Amino acid sequence: MPEREITYAEAIREALREEMRKDPSVFLIGEDIGVYGGAFGVTQGLLEEFGEERVIDTPISEAAIVGAAIGAALLGMRPVAEIMFFDFMTLCADQIVNQAAKIRFMFGGKAKVAIVVRSPAGSGTGAAGHHSGSLESWFTHVPGLKVVAPATPYDAKGLLKSAIRDDNPVIFVEHKLLYRVKGPVPEEEYVIPLGVGEVKRRGRDLTIVTYSLMVRRSLEAAEILSREGIDVEVVDVRTLRPLDEEVILESVRKTHRALVVYEPPRFGAFGAEIAALITEKAFDDLDAPVMRLGGLEMPPPYNPHLERRIAPQVEDIVAACRELVS
Amino acid sequence: MLSVSDKLKMYFTMLCIRRFEEKAEELYMAGKIWGTFHLYIGEEAVATGACFALRPEDYITSTHRGHGHCIAKGADVRKMMAELMGKATGYCLGLGGSMHIADLEGGNLGATGIVGSAIPIAAGAALACKLQKNNRVVLCFFGDGAANTGEFHEAVNLAAVFRLPVVFLCENNLYAMSFPVKKAFAIPDIAERAKGYGIPGVTVDGMDVLSVYEATKEAVERARKGEGPTLIEARTYRFRGHSKSDKGVYRTKEEVRMWMERCPIKRFREHLLGEGVPEETLRDLEKKAEELVEEAVRFAEESPELTIEEARRLVYA
Ligand SMILES: Cc1ncc(C[n+]2csc(CCOP(=O)(O)OP(=O)(O)O)c2C)c(N)n1
Ligand SMILES: [Mg+2]
Repeated sequence: MPEREITYAEAIREALREEMRKDPSVFLIGEDIGVYGGAFGVTQGLLEEFGEERVIDTPISEAAIVGAAIGAALLGMRPVAEIMFFDFMTLCADQIVNQAAKIRFMFGGKAKVAIVVRSPAGSGTGAAGHHSGSLESWFTHVPGLKVVAPATPYDAKGLLKSAIRDDNPVIFVEHKLLYRVKGPVPEEEYVIPLGVGEVKRRGRDLTIVTYSLMVRRSLEAAEILSREGIDVEVVDVRTLRPLDEEVILESVRKTHRALVVYEPPRFGAFGAEIAALITEKAFDDLDAPVMRLGGLEMPPPYNPHLERRIAPQVEDIVAACRELVS
Repeated sequence: MLSVSDKLKMYFTMLCIRRFEEKAEELYMAGKIWGTFHLYIGEEAVATGACFALRPEDYITSTHRGHGHCIAKGADVRKMMAELMGKATGYCLGLGGSMHIADLEGGNLGATGIVGSAIPIAAGAALACKLQKNNRVVLCFFGDGAANTGEFHEAVNLAAVFRLPVVFLCENNLYAMSFPVKKAFAIPDIAERAKGYGIPGVTVDGMDVLSVYEATKEAVERARKGEGPTLIEARTYRFRGHSKSDKGVYRTKEEVRMWMERCPIKRFREHLLGEGVPEETLRDLEKKAEELVEEAVRFAEESPELTIEEARRLVYA
């Protein structure tokens, strides 16, 4: 029997539904997640199944959404907050960075903030400067937070289930351009542990280390390159923090060349952390300096031709790989 | 007292907003405008009446639903259309798009995609007016949804205690995306919030351009005299969906139809006819608005786009 295929959005919805059925302490809170079903339709149908007590629409109050999630978590609930666009994470940054991330530690390990904050990141939808941001790197810099950024429906479902069960605050980075992408997701239950990366494609000549939408683009680039005789390995870290160092290092020790691909502006982004890791721990295995391909140093422009230029495209990845092996 | 010619100007502004957006909608369907936008259709009386109470040198701040504010403040629809089509001749050189139109020379300090974020900025502009003693005021547009953001509360309080020359105009169109005002507020009138900040609050019929004008005029005069801010709540309704991806499941067709019958343009047209304005005069204006928008489309279509190098140079001063 062929494996069932569902979209990334449906996979996320399934994870939410299954965890809500299983654990009465899980509830959803956010803007327009009820009748509207979420700005990207992710929570469609959940209000009908779980009612207004567990699928909670709020006024436009991002700080209160995350703050309320934290408060409820202190009393043992497992809230999943939706922030409609990742750009709006700035508005609840105090609650995430100063509260959620630190409470456990500051209170001597006695408090538990088991929340998930889900939010769609990324450009490519023509939504301009306030609705296209990839700000995940900021949160990877905060001890106490976990940051997850799945690339496939399978990973999205398995990782979200783990995120909900995790006793730490988890930032769950979704990508707008992935929501409608389909992929195999089994009917039976599974979870994917946080902090475990995956080799998405085996290759000998170089390693691309990446996550989220860029995994998809890297795989496409790898197909093109394979026709030129360049054999690319693609490592999807899946969880940015905690980072699976071994899956990266093992690959680089085999291929001896590494390209880190990421969507946020190149300077100071999480990809630089991966590059530093490889340089520190696999320097002797490298045949060439680690290369980074990040986004342009520019806010997301509205004009679609310009917008296309700010994030790495398949052809950019192909060109970078050619350069790296030459 | 408004003269007939003033009223005809108002009527023309409302027509321009309506035609501009109907055209934008058409271009969106044709794939010439992309991404998303938020149409102001149905709410034209608010921006028009409010901006008419301003002097040309006064300022406004706008929202994601900002085409109407922009036109009412006197913007060139050619540059607006070019912006929507991502062209270098647009107000923001095609970098901002519908959600970020700013016409700084015309006193429009810009639209924002972060709901509520222009409210503190309006307070800041008003602070500058006060420091510069330039006798100007700032008119700050925002929605009912924005009135529940933290930024609203912080900014209105700050403006109140500093007695800043700003008018806060809440466009209550009964919904923030799908979320109804009835669920978002525990008070019947948003204007009541004013009490908590020690400033006057008034509710007006936002479907009536003259009521909006009168209320704003009074608030602007107060602000200009140094008596501080006012909170105006204009009751209105958007005839279209929230954005281009709205399936409209949260309100009934009945409700939409009822509000559409109260169309502010139709209503003002009847008022003008009642004042003895010949129908032909109104038809001429309607035709003129149509032509202006057509000309804007031609202008936008013929315009070039910015290059990435040009864009790069705009990141820093
Ligand atoms: C801080 C923030 N949260 C959420 C959104 C998503 N969003 C865009 S417009 C909107 C509704 C705004 O409602 P309101 O202020 O009443 O303005 P209206 O759209 O009704 O004109 C929402 C929730 C946003 N843009 N910014
Ligand atoms: Mg509203």
